[in-house]
Amino acid sequence: MARVVVNLPQRARRGEIIEIRTLAGHDMETGFRRTQLGELIPRDIITRFTCSYNGVEVFRAELHPAMAANPLIVFSTVATESGTLEFRWTGDNGFSAAHSASISVD
Amino acid sequence: MSARVLPWCLLLALAASARAEIPLAERRSGYQDMGHATRAMQDDDAVNPATLWVLEGESLWRRKAGAAARACADCHGAAQESMRGVAARHPAFDASAGAPLNLEQRINRCRVERQQAKPLAYESRELLALSTFVARQSRGLPIEIESSERTRPFLEAGRATFRRRQGQLNLACAQCHDERAGRRLAGVAIPQGHPTGYPIYRLQWQTMGSLHRRLRNCMAGIRAEPYALGSQEFVALEMYLMWRARGMPLETPGVRP
Repeated sequence: MARVVVNLPQRARRGEIIEIRTLAGHDMETGFRRTQLGELIPRDIITRFTCSYNGVEVFRAELHPAMAANPLIVFSTVATESGTLEFRWTGDNGFSAAHSASISVD
Repeated sequence: MSARVLPWCLLLALAASARAEIPLAERRSGYQDMGHATRAMQDDDAVNPATLWVLEGESLWRRKAGAAARACADCHGAAQESMRGVAARHPAFDASAGAPLNLEQRINRCRVERQQAKPLAYESRELLALSTFVARQSRGLPIEIESSERTRPFLEAGRATFRRRQGQLNLACAQCHDERAGRRLAGVAIPQGHPTGYPIYRLQWQTMGSLHRRLRNCMAGIRAEPYALGSQEFVALEMYLMWRARGMPLETPGVRP
């Protein structure tokens, strides 16, 4: 079960800069650690995060092995129109998580 | 021992214990000594990573489990009301067990007896999620541990463990967390060791962990053989630590460095 938390204002004025906070549950295994028997633990991380606003990509991040588990990504965008924001996390081993939130702009 | 020496011995013993224990008014939660960024992380549910476990716990609370096909919510209803204050009273004495049970054990007992399901493994993600969700309902409420005839032997056992020197370094919990709290160990402030935020999201662990995991850490640090997670010794120690923190508000889910 993919676990995500997304926080953004439900309403905003047109042209206002809104802050979006996202949290995704993931171990972010670096691929550099070894077991007690010396075997390498394979890398298992989120590699990409995207946010699209009414179908238009407004934010994208590439994630790398040095990032902490359960990555918190905070960014901002301009509230242009009412609609839906789609959030998508993809990563190693077919990891995929998605979330959508609506915003009304007046 | 002569009658003249005895009172002096008693007085010395009292003075020693008075020095050892932290006065109630001077107790500090580890929260108060954290950096402002870590505090902000704990205070805001939107950035506190433990929120992921709280939400998972909430869905487990409503999910039917076991041969009885019953969910926690089927008996207890809304956790926001029924579980309010529960974590602040645990470990609590259980008459049928004849011993105190901590929150994790209480949840598992309910699972076995009421849901007829397998108990969840200690420190498993599911048990951490459920215990974090239940303990979250007591956030801000004062810790209140029963101190009575039936709980006294366990509180005393916990206190004895806290005071006992152990491990290759021959250290007692009390030597750091009562007598040297606030001073520094390897550049890090020594906390008083009040279990006010458990289960916690520990940045060093990069995940949630129970108090028993933290206690194992401490015991490994003094090169002692740690007790097993969920063992009687740890539950008694947990009970003593909670009693020691009586009256302090529960912060669950806490974030600690």
